Amino acid sequence: MPVKSKSLPTPELLNDARHPMEKYLRMDRLPHIWCSGCGLGTTLSCFTYALDEMHWTDADVGVVSGIGCTGRAAGYLNLDSYHTTHGRAIAFATGLAVVRPEKKVVVISGDGDLFAIGGNHFIHAARRNVNMTVLCVNNFNYGMTGGQFGPTTPIGQKGTTAPYGNFENPFNLPYLAASCGAVYVARWTSLDARRVKEAMIEALKRPGFSFVEIISPCPTNYGRRNKIGDGLDELRYYQENTVIRHGSDPRHAGIHPGKEIVVGCFVDEPRPTYLDLYNELVVEKNQFEKPSTLKKEI
Amino acid sequence: MGKRILAGTHFMNGDEACAEGAIAAGCTLFAGYPITPQSEIAEHISVRLPEVGGVFIQMEDEISSLAAVLGGAWGGAKAMTATSGPGFSLMMENLGLGMMTETPCVLINIQRGGPSTGLPTLVGQADMMQARWGSHGDYGVIALVPSSPQESFELTVHAFNLAETYRLPVLVMSDEVVGHMYERVDIDPDKIEVVERKKPSLPPGEFQLYKPGPNLVPEGMPSFGDGYKVHVTGLTHDERGYPVLNAETQHQLVVRLKEKIAANSDDIIRVEETATEDADVIIVTYGISARTSLGALNLARDKGLKVGMLRLITVWPFPEAIVKSMAQRVTGFVVPEINLGQIVLEVDRVVRGDAVVRSVPHAGGDIHDPAVILEAIEEVFAHAG
Repeated sequence: MPVKSKSLPTPELLNDARHPMEKYLRMDRLPHIWCSGCGLGTTLSCFTYALDEMHWTDADVGVVSGIGCTGRAAGYLNLDSYHTTHGRAIAFATGLAVVRPEKKVVVISGDGDLFAIGGNHFIHAARRNVNMTVLCVNNFNYGMTGGQFGPTTPIGQKGTTAPYGNFENPFNLPYLAASCGAVYVARWTSLDARRVKEAMIEALKRPGFSFVEIISPCPTNYGRRNKIGDGLDELRYYQENTVIRHGSDPRHAGIHPGKEIVVGCFVDEPRPTYLDLYNELVVEKNQFEKPSTLKKEI
Repeated sequence: MGKRILAGTHFMNGDEACAEGAIAAGCTLFAGYPITPQSEIAEHISVRLPEVGGVFIQMEDEISSLAAVLGGAWGGAKAMTATSGPGFSLMMENLGLGMMTETPCVLINIQRGGPSTGLPTLVGQADMMQARWGSHGDYGVIALVPSSPQESFELTVHAFNLAETYRLPVLVMSDEVVGHMYERVDIDPDKIEVVERKKPSLPPGEFQLYKPGPNLVPEGMPSFGDGYKVHVTGLTHDERGYPVLNAETQHQLVVRLKEKIAANSDDIIRVEETATEDADVIIVTYGISARTSLGALNLARDKGLKVGMLRLITVWPFPEAIVKSMAQRVTGFVVPEINLGQIVLEVDRVVRGDAVVRSVPHAGGDIHDPAVILEAIEEVFAHAG
């Protein structure tokens, strides 16, 4: 599994270089706190490019995040952004989404936040098909707190609280999302920047609960402890070990060290959203006047 | 469209009155989880909210219930949740987020006996200190306690108004007996005052999310999509709302969160005095215990004992100045509450030995026997000679 790279020359910084997606970033909050080699910067860039391509502004979209490295994403985006409690981003987003159905709520958070402490909220929001897009940056460990193992750490991999290697069975996130009823489920690695962006666009356009897993290097913790090397080495590992299988059964998308990582779009199947059904089965059936909040949904 | 204010005279229980109060105040989102003895609030509001263009959502637990309420509030809604003991414990996490992000909303706790599962169907008042100190860190709190269905209606409306005025989650600390008791409730639209959310007066770019006004409360709250591109975080933040993790910012923010309630406490505090003018002993109490105490007060007066009652409608902030001034002229205070002595600690702290303070504890499961309160009153008179 370990792949060592040759060190690369440092690129020269250009004078007056601006980020092309500056309009979506809180420039007064940068530089960010993320480590070099981490996939979070790429993921955030992909998100801004996705918004740009869709011509979406802060009038169309807002971001909610939980706690952890990915949890800080909300703070760098120049949109209405809500940095909530650990694991509760989806629950907070549920409230936001049902009162503002004309806008898209995007939850950007990590694997520990969304699937350990926040797992219950994930499965219920997916079941209800609340109109939100969940972007999970999966780095296989708790980066912010120092590299403890988490609910997605593959068997045998080390963490600061798995010194002998993790022996707990991890979640297969696309399978979990699909079985809970998500209308769109995709997985890519942060190496596949264009595909990540495309998947984000598709997810954002789908009414209801859509989910994209973005597998990301964590050279400071996960990569170092598991002798994967630096961020570039981990990306190279993805390049050599990922296989694209659109439409494949997500139950076969589990991640095991040394085995192929299945990526692609697993689910793209519309069904009525939470508010569609509320509208149909409660409001219209009883001839209540349609509340202003239910009149328009993306 | 259904009626937002159900004008007229009704026969309803305290829980239903809370639900009607919320709707009258303009609540359009209720997120909650079933728990006894608050379920009648959720059940009633699940009928009523769709009639008036609101949304009732039953969440997966109490943690997500309050989280969804906070999200709904930032979406521009007036939002509420309601719970009881174990659920109140689960809500402490996001109560802290609501305090830190200064999010207006209402949280009703129909108190039952604890700790843990305790007495699911029977009364308690033992969450009063949890209401004050339940979430970690320092912050100011507003907690109102109704003694009747009528007051459950009125105080829920008032809680929404206070939440908008002082920008925080406001607690309504009712109890199982008040929640389940059926009484006459008069709803007069002309007597209902509703405070609407204050929007920013400055345009985006000039507006700062947490810049306080003279009363220490942030001025204006934009909703999701209003163009202000707010950043709302539970991290310690500056007036722009940006995280700044140092001692200076912590001091500025946390002291203000506490002081915005303390400095405005004269405007917030409501009490009701009964026969206190000539009283030598004053019963300090709240909620259902105030109604039991009224029985004890009458028994004492029949015996010629000069007893009065101070009923705390606002328990937090604690009416310090009122109790302190009474302490200068009375022999003592008797404090009946359905717990093992919580608010009596506040009375004792404020009185500072200037008068006798006698707790009348009761572990819960039912209300006090007025004779026990009378006994405590007589002891205080005996003590004074």
